[in-house]
Amino acid sequence: MEVLINGVFIGALYGLYGLGLALTLGLMRQINLAHGDFIVFSAYLTLQGSLLLGVHPLMVLPVVAVVMFVVGFVLQRLVIQRTLGRGEMPPILVTFGLSIILQNVMLELFSADTRNLNPGPLGAASIEIAGLSLGVLPLLTLVVAFAIFWATSAVFGSTKFGRAIRATSDSDQTAQLMGIKTSRIFAVAMGLTLAISAIAAGFYGMRGNFDPSTGPERMLFAFEAVILGGVGSIWGALAGGILLGLSQAAGSLINPSYGPLVGHLVFLVVLLALPGGLMSLRRRQ
Amino acid sequence: MISINDLHAGYGALSVLFGVSLHVAEGQTLALIGSNGAGKTTTFSVLTGFVKPRSGKVTLNGSVISGLTPTDIVSMGLAMVPEGRRLFPSLTVEENLMIGAHCDRKGTWDLQRVYSVFPTLEPLRKRPSSSLSGGQQQLVAIGRALMSNPIVLLCDELSLGLSPAAVDVVYTAISRLRAEGMTLIIVEQDISRALASSDIYACMRHGGIPLSGPSAGADRAQISSAYFGMD
Repeated sequence: MEVLINGVFIGALYGLYGLGLALTLGLMRQINLAHGDFIVFSAYLTLQGSLLLGVHPLMVLPVVAVVMFVVGFVLQRLVIQRTLGRGEMPPILVTFGLSIILQNVMLELFSADTRNLNPGPLGAASIEIAGLSLGVLPLLTLVVAFAIFWATSAVFGSTKFGRAIRATSDSDQTAQLMGIKTSRIFAVAMGLTLAISAIAAGFYGMRGNFDPSTGPERMLFAFEAVILGGVGSIWGALAGGILLGLSQAAGSLINPSYGPLVGHLVFLVVLLALPGGLMSLRRRQ
Repeated sequence: MISINDLHAGYGALSVLFGVSLHVAEGQTLALIGSNGAGKTTTFSVLTGFVKPRSGKVTLNGSVISGLTPTDIVSMGLAMVPEGRRLFPSLTVEENLMIGAHCDRKGTWDLQRVYSVFPTLEPLRKRPSSSLSGGQQQLVAIGRALMSNPIVLLCDELSLGLSPAAVDVVYTAISRLRAEGMTLIIVEQDISRALASSDIYACMRHGGIPLSGPSAGADRAQISSAYFGMD
């Protein structure tokens, strides 16, 4: 039972990985292939900040999120925006190139050594609920994930900014006819996705190891969470992430090395049975 | 109110407009008529900022707007009801209307006023815009443009793809806006409808305006000649 509950906890983290991708893919109709590398880069920034200031990684996380917001804003404005409107391939190629550049920059700056973020006593703390011993850090990950999903859903669902980005996603040209500065809106949205990824990176670094080459695997989990949930659905990314986490946990019960394999198999089965993802079930009802 | 002076425009090596000049006074409605390829869409594209003019200028209330970005032009008071409505399918009816007010231009148009002018829309406010009939969608598109509190409203092919009954509903709404003193430029394929719904008309052909004048008492034979180029 504890293994499955831990699957839910790790799934919440996958959901957070996926949220940034869900926003770029579903709302901005862009694919950022460097998404996983930005998560790892954020983890390194958190590590450096934590070591430099001598404080807990969680204290540095808000600052890293702000830094990554600016990085996302500038990246969209100066690089990705220039590739839009020229077909689907240019943004894919540019972000693929960015992924390689980022991996090499991280290798140069931080070496290939495996690192992690030291959670301190938080890492070992646990609480007893209904006879089950649950880690405080995984529980915190779940709570933070729900809070971020709720906030994102509220911002994109019922604010002026949210309406503007959904309208821009439907039609860039018509959105401009409404007075929406679409390139600015997309830049803010990309900033938000990287800020969310930075928060995910903090919890990732405190719960596992990372090195410059682990980005693509984060990207894969993020992609699977989004597809499992349903492209374009914010809460779908969380549902998809949790299903992926649960599948991996169930697989590891059979054999500890089967976790990722079972996760990928469940992804394939759901993709075949429900191409629209889990949220398509809700829409059918 | 809005003046177009000796406008030349085109796309790449292709020239489309050759010295278009028009003037619409406050409260007037201009009907822009002409066959496909006459230059109506390019004229609207220049007015809304999507095509930069090669020469000539457009002034709105005395301020030059030609060459500005589409978003700046909306902020200065020029709104458009695009051809084919182009509502945002992922937004509800009310969200589509609210997005029209994105530029925060001050004025008397708000949700309440739009619902009072188009009462059929209020019960549909929470519905996805894509679930509406063509006529209802056109009313939403007009309401959305009005939410920006425009000085001048451009309407492109309002009757396109609508049933005759829906066209009547849409043009009743246009009549009401005219009665309220709104300045309008409408592009319409149905010449009779265009003349009946305007104060002045301009017939475009080959990127120029061979014929223009008051809509009341316009000579249909003369318009047909200009429209089809039977000089």
